[in-house]
Amino acid sequence: MNLFRLSLAYLRRNALSAVLNLLLLALGIATITVLLLFSHQMEQRLSRDASGIDMVVGAQGSPMQLILSSVFHIDAPTGNIPLEDARWVQEHPLVADTIPLALGDSYRGFRIVGSEHSYIGHYGGTLADGALWEDDMEAVLGARVAERTGLGVGDTFVGVHGITAEGTVGGEVHDDHPYTITGVLEPTGSVADRLIHVSVPSVWQVHDHDHETGHEHDRDAADDQGADEHGHDQEHDHAHGDEDRELTALLVQYQSPLAAVTLPRAVNNRGQLQAAAPAYQTARLMQLMGVGMDTLRAFGWILVAAAGLGVFIGLYNALKYRRYDLALMRALGASRGRLVSHVLIEATLLALLGALLGLALGHVAAEIIGQTFRQTQQLNITGTVFLVQELWLVALAVGVGIMAALIPAIQAYRTDIAEILGRGR
Amino acid sequence: MLGIQDVVYRYRDGTTVTLPDWHAETGDHWALLGPSGSGKSTLLNILGGLLRPASGQVIIDGQQLNALDERALDRFRGRHIGIVFQTLHLVDALNVRNNLLLARYFAGLPQDRDQVDGVLDALGIGDLARRTPNQLSQGQAQRVALARAVINEPSVILADEPTSALDEANCRQVMGLLGNQARACGATLVVATHDPRVRDYMDHTLELEATG
Ligand SMILES: Nc1ncnc2c1ncn2[C@@H]1O[C@H](COP(=O)(O)OP(=O)(O)OP(=O)(O)O)[C@@H](O)[C@H]1O
Ligand SMILES: [Mg+2]
Repeated sequence: MNLFRLSLAYLRRNALSAVLNLLLLALGIATITVLLLFSHQMEQRLSRDASGIDMVVGAQGSPMQLILSSVFHIDAPTGNIPLEDARWVQEHPLVADTIPLALGDSYRGFRIVGSEHSYIGHYGGTLADGALWEDDMEAVLGARVAERTGLGVGDTFVGVHGITAEGTVGGEVHDDHPYTITGVLEPTGSVADRLIHVSVPSVWQVHDHDHETGHEHDRDAADDQGADEHGHDQEHDHAHGDEDRELTALLVQYQSPLAAVTLPRAVNNRGQLQAAAPAYQTARLMQLMGVGMDTLRAFGWILVAAAGLGVFIGLYNALKYRRYDLALMRALGASRGRLVSHVLIEATLLALLGALLGLALGHVAAEIIGQTFRQTQQLNITGTVFLVQELWLVALAVGVGIMAALIPAIQAYRTDIAEILGRGR
Repeated sequence: MLGIQDVVYRYRDGTTVTLPDWHAETGDHWALLGPSGSGKSTLLNILGGLLRPASGQVIIDGQQLNALDERALDRFRGRHIGIVFQTLHLVDALNVRNNLLLARYFAGLPQDRDQVDGVLDALGIGDLARRTPNQLSQGQAQRVALARAVINEPSVILADEPTSALDEANCRQVMGLLGNQARACGATLVVATHDPRVRDYMDHTLELEATG
């Protein structure tokens, strides 16, 4: 026999109320855990995807949309910018480096991104299989794309016009321009995993065809004809010059931090161009989502507090009947401190069990939610990561348990042995 | 050896109980008699270290109880004194065996199941070890309470009105067991009661006077 087993025996005796309080606490902790996991992973993903990109230049529109579409590949693009303007940005003395992006098509919901090898390099992409694309109409799959589609090196596929969520729904199939897969990337933990990487001229080429056959699209990455800047595309370099080509966006790295002062304004003053800073937009996004999360978090804490109250009421009522037991324990030689520990252990045990159960539930829920919704799939949210803050959560829950046990514990401390035992029950 | 001298107890509401000087040899069996309100329970609680007298001296086994601080008094009580309460105060959440082990635990003594079962057997309730108190008859529960009082082999066994609710046969049985167990431990036995039947089972009696 010891205090721990004694407390356990009492919990077992009041199993129903103990279990109810346990569940209440577990639900509260689970809610908070899910939010913790989500906001942390979201923040991590967003900052990972946006890292190293000081500014994005694209067509005018909502700067948030520009960042969402060209950095995180979530929203639709704001439009296209003329290659000529892109060149101007690339040659600007305050610009250190740029990565061009040409969007417009997708395959089974995964976006086909026309860019350069440096885009893959930017996210630390390394090949799991095959080689990087060298020619037009060659493609390199991100790890997740390969996993989901089951495609591999040597396979071919055709893009679908449009980059809507469903991908294949309603879009026109570019079935006369199949891509050949030359490589598959290792997972990078970034947006690159769920993209299909091709050359910029590939995207142009697919849409040149559209133009020739009379299709028109609002948000084509490149639906003009013209010479391919790399000169690969013999078939199409007969018509126009570079000046008619378009890009969707340009990811820009500043020459120096000072560029942030003047460059965005310069960009915004130039024709249809718009500059947006990923860092700022990401912060804004987190702030917007933060409001909703705070509400849910408050709800979680209300559950935790309710559980604490339940534990308190349970202990308080139980102790009315247990005054005899407590007095008896004193008569058997237990010190006041022992009785206080006994009551505290009981509450702590309950809180600890509730917190651990809550953490487990939270992780399972996060994993299920992460697997279920497309948005959370895109952000690659899982329940299999563990955060330091969760230890704090456990500590806080135990703190709530101890708070709830405080008044009953003081009562136990003050037990007047002789009087209670003499009175009988 | 057990004794009180010049002991006065003062209840919180100001009621004072003055007790006579008294002293008992180790192993003696005493009946504590007197009308209601004469201070029997008060004396027993003082001997058990459950109440501290306002003045006077209480000596058990050569130990001055007044000299002990609270923690030490708790420990002394656990080790040296076995108490049988009128309302038995068994812990309902624990089975019979664990009720006895609890007494060993709080006294800081090693917990030996064989010893516990031995005591239960000696009291004829060895087969009840795994029952909880609310599965026991009144008589069985009384024996468990008795077993708990002797499990630590105390030097003093105190019992307050152990027989008041019992019929003649049960009274005889309980007093017999109390006496036997006390003899087995070599403990001094003090039974407070207004039940004149108890006198027949004890070697000595202390009569307390009715006070105002
Ligand atoms: N908790 C208390 N507060 C105040 N006075 C008390 C308290 N308990 C007992 N007394 C008083 O102390 C005196 C002795 O009481 P005690 O309980 O020791 O008597 P007793 O001999 O055990 O009586 P009984 O045979 O009825 O059990 C009585 O006058 C009683 O009124
Ligand atoms: Mg009494």
